[in-house]
Amino acid sequence: MAISLTVNGKAVAVNSSPDTPLLWVLRDELGMVGTKFGCGKALCGACTVHLNGMAVRSCQTPIGSVAGQKITTVEGLGMNAVQKAWIALDVPQCGYCQPGQMMSATALLAVNKNPTDADIDAAMSGNICRCGTYPRIRAAIHAAAKA
Amino acid sequence: MENIQNQSRRDFVKASAAVGGGLTLGFYLPGSVSVAQADGGGGSAMPNAWVKIGSDNQVTILVARSEMGQGVATSMPMLVAEELEVDMSKIKVEFAPPAEVYINSLLGGQLTGGSTSVRDAWEKLRKAGASARMMLVAAAAKEWGVDASAIKAENATLIGPGGKRMSYGMAAPSAATMEVPKDVPLKPVSAFKVVGNAKQKRLDTPAKVRGEPMFGIDTKVPGMLYAAVAMSPYIGGKVKSYDDSRAKNMPGVKSVVQYSRGVAVVADSYWQAKKAVDLLEIDWDEGPNAGLNMQKIWAGLREASQKDGAVFREAGNVEEAMPKAAKTVTSTYQLPFLSHSPMEMQNTTAHVTADKALIITPTQFQQLIPHVVAGATGLKPEQVEVRTTFLGGGFGRRVEVDYSIDAAEISKLAGGVPVKMLWSRETDMTHDSYRPAGLYTLTAGLDAGGKMTAVRFHSTSPSISARLFPSIVKDGIDPFAVEGIDNFPYAVPNLKFTYVMHDAGVTPGYWRAVSHNLNAVALECFIDECASAAGKDPIEYRLGQIDMDKANKHKWSGLSAGVPVGDRMKAALELVREKAGWNSALAKGRGRGVAVMEGYNTVIAMVAEVTVSASYDVSIDRIVAVVDAGPLIHPDQALAQMQSTINFGQSAGMYGEITVKNNSIEQTNFDMYRVVRMNEAPKSMEIHFVKAAAGQPPGGLGEPGTAVVVPAIANAIFSATGKRVKRLPMTPENIRSA
Repeated sequence: MAISLTVNGKAVAVNSSPDTPLLWVLRDELGMVGTKFGCGKALCGACTVHLNGMAVRSCQTPIGSVAGQKITTVEGLGMNAVQKAWIALDVPQCGYCQPGQMMSATALLAVNKNPTDADIDAAMSGNICRCGTYPRIRAAIHAAAKA
Repeated sequence: MENIQNQSRRDFVKASAAVGGGLTLGFYLPGSVSVAQADGGGGSAMPNAWVKIGSDNQVTILVARSEMGQGVATSMPMLVAEELEVDMSKIKVEFAPPAEVYINSLLGGQLTGGSTSVRDAWEKLRKAGASARMMLVAAAAKEWGVDASAIKAENATLIGPGGKRMSYGMAAPSAATMEVPKDVPLKPVSAFKVVGNAKQKRLDTPAKVRGEPMFGIDTKVPGMLYAAVAMSPYIGGKVKSYDDSRAKNMPGVKSVVQYSRGVAVVADSYWQAKKAVDLLEIDWDEGPNAGLNMQKIWAGLREASQKDGAVFREAGNVEEAMPKAAKTVTSTYQLPFLSHSPMEMQNTTAHVTADKALIITPTQFQQLIPHVVAGATGLKPEQVEVRTTFLGGGFGRRVEVDYSIDAAEISKLAGGVPVKMLWSRETDMTHDSYRPAGLYTLTAGLDAGGKMTAVRFHSTSPSISARLFPSIVKDGIDPFAVEGIDNFPYAVPNLKFTYVMHDAGVTPGYWRAVSHNLNAVALECFIDECASAAGKDPIEYRLGQIDMDKANKHKWSGLSAGVPVGDRMKAALELVREKAGWNSALAKGRGRGVAVMEGYNTVIAMVAEVTVSASYDVSIDRIVAVVDAGPLIHPDQALAQMQSTINFGQSAGMYGEITVKNNSIEQTNFDMYRVVRMNEAPKSMEIHFVKAAAGQPPGGLGEPGTAVVVPAIANAIFSATGKRVKRLPMTPENIRSA
């Protein structure tokens, strides 16, 4: 039986079994591959999306648990202030973790308009970057807060 | 290995066939087979070209190195665009297929690694751009009946006498028929407009920020199925037998196949394949290493270290000099296995049919894939098409082509269907090729004034090249096992450096900065010990002994400068001392450490400032680095590579350790293999690039910082605590017990 939910403002019905992680529904069934697979255990944050505006790890979110809910992915950010700051500071290197980083940063700025470095540490330490873009992520969050 | 400074090899240029009425241009090395291929290519789009100009005026620059974050998809086009006179905002970039023309002259293969992309491209790609421009000018000169010298090229437009104009697109068909210039003069550095532009943005950032499909894992081809795999939990283990009765009846499962290294489930979606693969019941043959563990590995390394080893650098007579020393210092550094763990796990999309194979993969070594896939499928290499995607990190892991072979086998066994094979993090971390573990023993004899009079270096570690490129291993020396120490930069009259190659039973792999991360780490920690034994300031001590002799007393191998760089090291150390405020006082519990190294023709001097708590938790307060990497092609991304390598080295030095128990890799995910997170990154990083000297070629930046930050931190911990960590990583336990 199809599961209905809203992804980036659009109503969708998906056929994946209810235990399928939201990550794989987005990537394989809906063809939205911006959300990344990084660990499968909610340890790295690469798969971060918004569930009703809150940052969640989609690899640990069964699709059956989000029926009727609102999901936002990197494809639905609509070039927001965070993305613009990411471009202005050339944050990404390999870029693989960056959708998850931007989803976490966007969720932080939604509840904290002017985060301190400590706030950034607390909100962003669940997102791993192996390329070492942390100083630019921090600077871009501060820049987006001022935008 | 060829030194970049040896410019006796002259490239020559050959125009090849037009694409869409346009021009393609490639460089061919004398004697390479691609010369013949190019001549026979009439009318088709040659794969071996750097520049394509369409009749629609679209300029496309081919990038023959893999983009794994280091910025080659921007820096390499910048080199072409500088001479081609095109605007960086108007070009398109494509990744090149495997072809002889794209071979990296410093590595001898079409391979991205060794921090060589820009070093190799520095002259080659500017000449490619200049040649194309000269041929476009020649075409316009012919059309207008004027001398080429009367024509100026600017913004992809040819401007002639009286303001006549012709677009590159219009000139391209005729340009393709022009003679390829033999003499290609290049702009002086002072005339650069594109190269060195501090405001140049990465071309790939907008797509990465929008989350567009670009990585291997994002690949989709018509009719594609998904494969999840079960590989041996034992190092070198094999499938004995398996029961797939539960797996094959799971929803969406199309087939279950046994391939060389495991069992794969092919299904309609990855999750269906993954759920089914977890239901396989597999009986594994543990292979030749049954029962392997760290105790045995370290015991094996210690035993092997008793051997004499192969001498790779010698001067004077260490045996005679050492007993005469006023004081001797000796230490053994024990360095662990490390995993690459790029954020994108290994994956490949393969479609193998009776007469061809398509391989779409995030790889650092596209040139090797047709050969290994041919070997695995019975096809010929020329029947294998390879497409390189963006890489979600590489760090050396993707020099290995194992996962492309796996995917090709699975596609073939599953009946010739297109299959995207994707590893879990657990499979990725336990089937890596690991930065080798090793033992590094240094002994120095000091004179009454504390100066080193003799240094003995003896390392014991697995050889990566013996596995991957055995032909470069000669007389017991793997050049990639002695780098970072065979360019020993201190003036010491008596030296003896030896290497013992020892297979520890764990697959060794090229890991960012390779043996610089072993040899130079041990050396720069040890020099600090000598300074301490001599009662000298660590920077003063180094400055007092850096070899300033310009004479080449030793031919070292590998990818280093290949010439003495004492003057550059001295300048970098002096500047870092000033920039770091080295002599200013620090509060109790805080410390400062220094390290200096030349690698990849880049000199880095670095100071780390740390705070160490009573329970030996370390925070990195500040990193100050002086970097002499010659001319910077893309300055902002040169900075990004320094930030990157410092982060990568910090992860390794502070947390990184892969261990073996019961012949299995113990760490399976980021909870057990800890890497630096936002809250642990250095609170401040100050990177100062030294202005290039006239005629200085670029050095590599993708790796060396990794090896310098580790000893800088270790030496800072010593300064803060008096604890000299000799067993990495620098965990609280290892610091406490030091």
